[in-house]
Amino acid sequence: MSKLAPTPGQTVGPFYGYALPFNKDNELLAPGSPGSIRLQGTVYDGAGNTIPDAILEIWQPDSEGNIVQRTGSLVRDGYTFTGWGRGSVGNSGVYTFTTVNPGPTAPGAAAFISVAVFARGLMNRLFTRVYLPENEEALANDPLLSSLDPERRKTLIARRDADGGLTWDIRLQGGDETVFLDFQQDGSLDNSVGNNAGNPVRENQA
Amino acid sequence: MPQEQTAQALESEELVPAAEPHAAHDSKKVETQADLSAEIKGIGDRYAEALKNGKGPETMPRLDYSPYRSSILRHPTKSLHHADPETIELYSPAFGHQDVHALESDLTIQHNGEPQGERIIVAGRVLDGDGRPVAGQLVEIWQANASGRYIHKRDQHPAPLDPNFTGVGRCITGDDGSYSFTTIKPGAYPWKNHLNAWRPAHIHFSMFGSEFTQRIVTQMYFPGDQLFPLDPIYQSIVDQDARDRLVAQYDHELTSPEWALGYKWDIILTGSKRTWTENEAYGDAGDEE
Repeated sequence: MSKLAPTPGQTVGPFYGYALPFNKDNELLAPGSPGSIRLQGTVYDGAGNTIPDAILEIWQPDSEGNIVQRTGSLVRDGYTFTGWGRGSVGNSGVYTFTTVNPGPTAPGAAAFISVAVFARGLMNRLFTRVYLPENEEALANDPLLSSLDPERRKTLIARRDADGGLTWDIRLQGGDETVFLDFQQDGSLDNSVGNNAGNPVRENQA
Repeated sequence: MPQEQTAQALESEELVPAAEPHAAHDSKKVETQADLSAEIKGIGDRYAEALKNGKGPETMPRLDYSPYRSSILRHPTKSLHHADPETIELYSPAFGHQDVHALESDLTIQHNGEPQGERIIVAGRVLDGDGRPVAGQLVEIWQANASGRYIHKRDQHPAPLDPNFTGVGRCITGDDGSYSFTTIKPGAYPWKNHLNAWRPAHIHFSMFGSEFTQRIVTQMYFPGDQLFPLDPIYQSIVDQDARDRLVAQYDHELTSPEWALGYKWDIILTGSKRTWTENEAYGDAGDEE
């Protein structure tokens, strides 16, 4: 386990809009290029309202399942797939990325994209995953998905659009709240969710 | 050049609507600092009691922290789901000098003239939870100018914009995890969480680790700020030791004679899960040049 106490996160705040976005930030490859798909969705708050000031990052393998370690995400050359992108939602809470379908990183593994969510009013970033919907056997065998009850599991699986793209919404709060992940496994992040007012549901309590 | 940068800033900020609208939960009542301070104290007292009863110290902000009104509908109410990081999550995107120009770390030279305010150097190291330097990774910062104004159309604070200061910087960490920025000390600024709400002066920091699960966005503060006890965002970290980790230290060794005051701030990322090779741990990650 870690020896040093981690630096706490803080909200991204309202004013990231002139700092974090950059040219082609949400285009992991050029729209319309062979193999490109659109990943899109809407970010909602606990009242079901769209959130107009959230920013997402995706990080994924290429279409063959290779984990790419290539520079050039901030200054894209138009040819190199770096696997990482950043996308701000618009005023209607909708984000879009141009990317490729991620390949499985091992034979038979479920293919997914790793996602980090930032927003004004969100005190710390949240991690989650979006899975491709097709390979049902792989999804059934996935260690994370199989540890979730069916209702919650659905929140991590994208819908395939008629044009080949993916639609996946994010709900920060509520009955159909997206599953967000704690990778630390040392209990430290348990403290970060709701142990004052509100008595939240604690589904993973040992 | 300044016009270009400003135009770009204005265009991108269209993505971000109203800064901090008044709290929606009870629009009739004007909430004062005293109301908020009482809430903050109540939560702090309960935390102190829990610590006394043997609970472990908290290290992160609470996602559910109602004194920051905008968090009320924006925090998950279900517990974060424990997961083992897998494959892609055990790696981070690679950044290099193709992505970031060396001059981007100096926020005082982005325009034709010198920005107003107190010139400072902010430097430190990015380390993982085991103390290993995070080399060749991206650090991004953004901040208000010396009078507490962001170059952002929705920032309605009637303080002057500075035509010589945008307030955005980037750098790539060195082999020892080091970063350094030259900038201007930001001013405190008012926001509308409650009546007479002021944010302590801060610089927003965004960092990547060696694994995507170490991704962090946070805020660095300056020592001795009188606004700390009043600020719901700083206070959302209920543990004093944890809060202190966001406060830089004045460092006279870092201070540059006749030029700029130095502040030192190290960032410790959450522990890594990947099994490291010696090469990865010491330096050749990221840049392919």
